[in-house]
Amino acid sequence: MTTLPLVAPALRTRRRRNRLRVLLYLSPGLVGFAVFLIYPLAMTVWLSFTNSNMFSPAQFVGLRNYRFMLDSDPQLWQAVRNTGWLVVIMVPAQVLFALGVAMVTARLKAGAGLFRTLFYLPALAPPVAATVAFVCLFNPASGPVNHLLGLFGIQGPLWFDSPTWSKPALTLLSLWGSGTVMVIFLAALLDVPAEQYEAAELDGANPWQRFRYVTLPAISPVVLFASVTGVIAALQYFTQAVVAANVANGSIQAAPGYPDGSTMTFPEELYTAGFNQFHAGYACAMAVVLFVVAMACTLVLLRRASGYDPQHTQESPL
Amino acid sequence: MTLVAAGVLVATACSAGGGTTQANTGANDTTPVTITFWHGFSSPHEIASVDAVLAKFHQKYPYITVKSVPGQTDDKVNQAIRGGTAPDVDASFNANNVGGWCSSGAFEDLTADIAADHVDMSQIPKAVQSYTAFGGKRCTMPWLADTFGLYYNKKLFAAAGITSPPKTMTELAADAKKLTTFNADGSIKTAGFMPYLGAYQMLTEHLVTSWGGSWLKADGTSNVGADPAFAAAMTWQKNLVDWFGEAKLAKFKAGMPDEFSAQNSFETGNLAMMVDGEWRTAFIKNDKSTVDYATAPMPAADTKPQLYGSGYVGGNVIGIPRGAKHPDAAWKLVKFLTTDTDAVTSLADAIGNVPTTLAALDSPSLTLSKDPQFATFLEVFKNPLTSTTPASADGGAYLTNYGLFATKWQTGQIADLQAGLKAVDKQNNAALSLGQ
Repeated sequence: MTTLPLVAPALRTRRRRNRLRVLLYLSPGLVGFAVFLIYPLAMTVWLSFTNSNMFSPAQFVGLRNYRFMLDSDPQLWQAVRNTGWLVVIMVPAQVLFALGVAMVTARLKAGAGLFRTLFYLPALAPPVAATVAFVCLFNPASGPVNHLLGLFGIQGPLWFDSPTWSKPALTLLSLWGSGTVMVIFLAALLDVPAEQYEAAELDGANPWQRFRYVTLPAISPVVLFASVTGVIAALQYFTQAVVAANVANGSIQAAPGYPDGSTMTFPEELYTAGFNQFHAGYACAMAVVLFVVAMACTLVLLRRASGYDPQHTQESPL
Repeated sequence: MTLVAAGVLVATACSAGGGTTQANTGANDTTPVTITFWHGFSSPHEIASVDAVLAKFHQKYPYITVKSVPGQTDDKVNQAIRGGTAPDVDASFNANNVGGWCSSGAFEDLTADIAADHVDMSQIPKAVQSYTAFGGKRCTMPWLADTFGLYYNKKLFAAAGITSPPKTMTELAADAKKLTTFNADGSIKTAGFMPYLGAYQMLTEHLVTSWGGSWLKADGTSNVGADPAFAAAMTWQKNLVDWFGEAKLAKFKAGMPDEFSAQNSFETGNLAMMVDGEWRTAFIKNDKSTVDYATAPMPAADTKPQLYGSGYVGGNVIGIPRGAKHPDAAWKLVKFLTTDTDAVTSLADAIGNVPTTLAALDSPSLTLSKDPQFATFLEVFKNPLTSTTPASADGGAYLTNYGLFATKWQTGQIADLQAGLKAVDKQNNAALSLGQ
């Protein structure tokens, strides 16, 4: 910092004014950031150490909410397992399916526009309407899916009414609605320089090698984007699980996570605690844990991605 | 997002207004005032029925105008109370929230108003009084009730040679077996009774009532492990589940169409008997169902014959949220809607629910009582042994916990019933302590 005294006073004043001007221009955003992000975040962390019910004054209870989460919540570990299942199975399935569809439609010569539209259309349906329609299609007694399977001599499962099949059924719903990811993949695939494929072909690369050493490195930032956003969305999976449980149960008083708690997700458990059972302090503790887990998953994914060197892999075996 | 959303909700909690505990008896104040009234009714005929009763209120108190807002939920009113924008009066379908509202002060305690206006609380049956108050605070009043009983298909009864509805749970199980028919592949064609918990209104709270089960101890802690009624009810239920075969029941349940549709399994004749609320009588009429049915009280446990004729009751509640702008006028509306015999009977008739005062129940103007199928529910409602699920500070978390256990029990995942019930007690009490 020895250079500072050498700067002329007029220049320093100008710099300070510049900084103030920048801050002034940024202030609406900064105020919004502080009021709607930093303050709620800080409040959530604070309330996670209280017995708040969001009506009466909260009292500090130390780590009691966190201890309850680990020891006594009867549904928590099932909710964690369900959410974990969605992250580990549903997200990769969705990314692979969207990538597969994008690759096929990218190669189509005729009717490409029609197929792209068809695959994108379900993404336009509101999640609640899409879920209701999907559960009705998969109704084991009256739905056309099992009827169709029956024509081929296959006894269809109970889908949303079976604890074994409810999460795979939700995964099918997510595949059906993965049009947005598909469009992003499509844009990335169409951006891969054709010369690279030609060069790889001249070097004798087979289709798998062309995918592995040309396509994948070129679209890896998009794969990373789809994975990170998919994991975060799966950790916050709520609407479809709640609606599917209610519609499948056919009663307005559906047990949470119907059937057998198999669709109870971590955010649903959080919502029930905070909004139905007046345990806002505990819900805040769950929100903090969810935030930390989402952050950790994102960091791990980004870290792994940064260790991946497309240049190196492109040069290696061929 | 979840964290941020929760935080925003929490942040707004800090601005909720303070409560008052004095009587809102501005009897002589006739300054014109407009109050806001939120309720959950949403279908056009229900909204019209509520508005008709509100018009009568305006006739009686011309200086009070009521702005009625239909289709409101408990989540929304909770949020409005936290944000300081609560309506003057709020009605809810869910009595489970009364414990939380009373203990947190989210709704005003009406005790002083009731005393100042000499409201005769003995006009309201005991069970109804119990689900509308909590911890010595009466923060809501009952606004119509739901009563549960047995619906049975007379045609299927005659075909099976059964001449009268079952009065004991043993008779119910025996009749259920007689009335059940199977398809060639072994799947259930017609179920005599659906013992699978979670199917329509076949909920634990509607079942254990037949054994006189008491959910909570006097201090609010869980009682399911100590009360033998729960083990007895669950054993009866599991025996019947096992007779059908759990997998067959799961499949049959999966095929049961929406409860509140014209394809309801009882209305289509696929279910010979079921436990349901009084509202089904109106649905059967409106759906133009051809089911030849009758109603009876739910059978009682063999060991508790004195309970026959009683049943489970629950219902709508109405109160004054904290932060109401015009609590005097609000109290007048609450009092009118819940204690004025004409107001109670006309709304009960229009909506097809059970009125919540004895005067309204016995009123000659209550046309519902002339329908013999509906009259069953009025009798069950009046029975002094009729019971309900008690209010708890955590919004009935004990029922959610029990539901999880019951699901595991009926699918055969619980080996030791008594140990399982004790574990539910532990969970309930741990959850309750979170708010302390």
